[in-house]
Amino acid sequence: MLDVAEQTASALAEPAVWRHKDLLDTDTLTRAEIELILATAEAMREVRSRPVTKVATLRGVTVVTLFYEQSTRTRASFEVAAKALGADVVNLTATGSSVEKGESLIDTVRTLEAIGADMVVMRHAASGAPYLAARHTGASVVNGGDGRHAHPTQALLDLFTLRRHLGSLEGRKIVIVGDVLHSRVARSNLWTLLAMGAAVTLCGPATLLPWTLAGRSETGSCDVTSDFDSAIEGADAVMALRLQTERQAGGLVPSLREYVAGYQLNAQRLARARAGALVLHPGPMNEGVEIAPAVAHGLASVIEEQVANGVAVRMAILYLIATARGVR
Amino acid sequence: MVDPASGLDAALDVLLRDGAIAALGPDLPCDAAIVVEARGCVVAPGFVDLHTHLREPGFEQKGTIATETLAALRGGFTTVCAMPNTEPPPDSGPVLSALVERISRDAVVRVFPLGCVTRGRAGRELAEIGELAAGGCVALSDDGSPVGDPGLMRNALQLLAALDLPLSEHADDPALSAGGVMNEGQVSERLGLKGQPAAAEVAAIARDLTLAEMTGARLHVAHVSTARGLELIAEAKARGLRVTCEVTPSHLFLTEDAVFGEGPQPAYDTNAKINPPLRTENDRRALVAAVNAGLADAIATDHAPHAAEDKRCEFDAAAPGISGLETALGTLLVQVDRGELTLPAMLRALTIGPVRAFALDQRVPHLGRLEPGATDVVVFDPAERWRVEARHFASRGQNTPLEGQEIFGRVRAVVVGGRLAFQREGTGV
Repeated sequence: MLDVAEQTASALAEPAVWRHKDLLDTDTLTRAEIELILATAEAMREVRSRPVTKVATLRGVTVVTLFYEQSTRTRASFEVAAKALGADVVNLTATGSSVEKGESLIDTVRTLEAIGADMVVMRHAASGAPYLAARHTGASVVNGGDGRHAHPTQALLDLFTLRRHLGSLEGRKIVIVGDVLHSRVARSNLWTLLAMGAAVTLCGPATLLPWTLAGRSETGSCDVTSDFDSAIEGADAVMALRLQTERQAGGLVPSLREYVAGYQLNAQRLARARAGALVLHPGPMNEGVEIAPAVAHGLASVIEEQVANGVAVRMAILYLIATARGVR
Repeated sequence: MVDPASGLDAALDVLLRDGAIAALGPDLPCDAAIVVEARGCVVAPGFVDLHTHLREPGFEQKGTIATETLAALRGGFTTVCAMPNTEPPPDSGPVLSALVERISRDAVVRVFPLGCVTRGRAGRELAEIGELAAGGCVALSDDGSPVGDPGLMRNALQLLAALDLPLSEHADDPALSAGGVMNEGQVSERLGLKGQPAAAEVAAIARDLTLAEMTGARLHVAHVSTARGLELIAEAKARGLRVTCEVTPSHLFLTEDAVFGEGPQPAYDTNAKINPPLRTENDRRALVAAVNAGLADAIATDHAPHAAEDKRCEFDAAAPGISGLETALGTLLVQVDRGELTLPAMLRALTIGPVRAFALDQRVPHLGRLEPGATDVVVFDPAERWRVEARHFASRGQNTPLEGQEIFGRVRAVVVGGRLAFQREGTGV
C-alpha cells in the first residue's frame, strides 16, 4: 500500500506520456502525469473560449456515463466535455436500467463494452467499484466518484483552479475542512496536493477525520486536526466540504448549530488566513452550514470557476485516455 | 511421529488393525495389507477443526456436506465441527436430527454439529437447548450473529452450564461494528471503506467473560482477532474461568493489508474480506504468540466456502469468508519454516487442543491422540511446496486470497475411523 512517503516518491518519478487505460484515482499519478493533465486542460480551456467551442477529436468515440448515485454537476460536466470533443454520449442511471433487475456491475460494464462503449464514466456508492469494473472490461473506466474513496477528476479540477491562482503549490498551505472521513473529494485532493508539494491540513470534528492519513514526506505533508481556528492561520486556500445532514442523526456531530459554530467557513475565520486566500467548495453547497453565503459568493470564492474548469479538465482526461487507446 | 497429547516425538512405525491403532514402536513387523511409507513425513493425530461451515442444508451452491468434508480430508482434518448458520438452522431437535442423518449419509470425515443458541439465530428467544444437547451438539453458537442481548446471553450460559456444554461466541458488539467491512484503521481510511474497530471484539469478549464468570459456564471465544482480546482471555484463564479460544490460519497469516493487495493501486480484494476482519501486524503477532504459548487452545479454520458470484462484486456487497480447509496446513507450515510458529505448538492447536476445548474425547475416546485405540491419523510431508490453485480445491468454495502463492506441506495420507480414507497419488504403498 502506498503511504504518504511512497506517494511522494512515486510522484517525483519521471515521464510525461499518458499510458493509462483508466483513471481510477490520483494516488498513483506521477507529478509529470499531473502536469500533463493540467497542460492539456489549459489547451482545452482555450478551445472552450473559441467562438465554436466544439472540436471533432473524439469523433466516433462512445462515452457512457453510468451513474449508480445521483449527480448534477459531475455528470453534466462529463457530458459537456465529451460532446465538446465530438464524442457520442450515452447516459445511464441505475434506475430505469437492467441494474434494477439485479444485473451485476461486471455484467453491466461488459454489456456496455459489447455495445461499443469506449469509455465508461462511472459513479458508485461502493468504494472500489470502478476498480472492479476496470478489471473486467476493455473499455476505459473513468471514476466519477466511488463511495467515500476517490473522486479524481474533482481533485484535478481543484488543482487546476488552485494553480491558476497560486502558481506553484510548493509549500503552500491548503486546508480541507468538514466531513473529511466520508469525503472522496478530500482523499483524491490529498494525493494530488502532496504530489505537488503542498502542506495539507485536514480539519473537522474529531469523529469526521481520517486520523491515520497524517504524515510527512519529502515534498508534502498532511496534518490532521480538529482545531479549525488554528488550522486556517496563514492558509493559502481553504476548501469546505459538504456536511451531510444525516451525520447528526448518526451521532457523529452533536448538532448542526454546534458544527456551524466550530467549522463553518465564514468571514471571521477567513480573515485568519493569508490575505487573498482562495475559497473552494466541490459542491453541492449547504450555504449557512459548512460555508457562510457571504464567503461562498465573496471575492475570495473560486467556486463557480471550479465548475467551469471542470469541463476543461474532464476534456483533457477523456482526450488523454482516448490517445492512449489509439483513438485520434 | 508427533503426538502433542503425550509429548511423543520420535521416528516410529504405527500399526493399525481392525479399525484402530494396535501398536506404536520401532521396526514393527510389516505384514500389513497396506503399507504407507512415511519417511521424511510427519505422522500426527488427525486434525480437529472447531469451526467449519459445511453450508448444507440451504446453501448448496456454496458447499455441501460431501464436498466440504472431502476438502477437510484433503487438508488433513479428520474431525470438523459444523457451524449452525444453515437454512434451516439447527435450533430444534427435529432440524438437528435431519442434519445428523444427512451427515451420517454424506460425510467422509467425522462431523460434530453445533446447534443454535437462539431460535433462528435471531437473538430474541432461546433455541431448544436441552434437545440440541441431547441430539449430539458439542457446543452451541449463533455463529456470525452474536447474542446481542446480555440478559439472554446470561440465561443461555446458565442453561449450558448445567449441561456442561460450551457456548462458542463470535465476540462482536454490533453497535460498534455495524456496517464495517474490514478492520478500522489505516487501510480502511485509505480505501474509504467503513471499518470495524478492534474495540467491537474486545468489548464483547469483556462482556462474555463477565457473564461466563457469573454463570460458571464454559465459554469458547471463536476466531479471536485482536491482541487486546487475547490479553483479556489470558487474564480470565489465569483466574480459573472455564474459557477457551481459537484463532484462524487466515488471521495468523494475513493482515488488513491483504485487502489493499500488493500493487500500488488498491485491489479491494473481496477474497480477503472475512469476519472478524483481518487485523494489524501487531494483532497478527499476538495471535502467533498465543498459539506458541498455548493460550490459543485451537487453530480453527472458519472454513467459509462461497459461490463465485458472492465474491465477484463490490467489496461492500461481498460475502465475508475464506475457503480455508485445504490451505490451513500449508500456511501454518510456512510460518513454522519462518520460525514464527513451533511445530509442536501448531500440532497441539490442531489436535488435542481443540479436542479438550469441546471435550470431544468424551464422545470418541482417544480422539486427538496417537495411542493404541486411536483411529484418526494424518501423514504429511512438511517440506513439499505447492502453489495454491483454487480450481483444484475439493471445496466448492474457490474463495481464497492465497491464489498463486507457494505454501508448504502436503497431506500424503489420512486415516479416519481406522480406514485409509485418503492417499495422495504417487505416494508409496
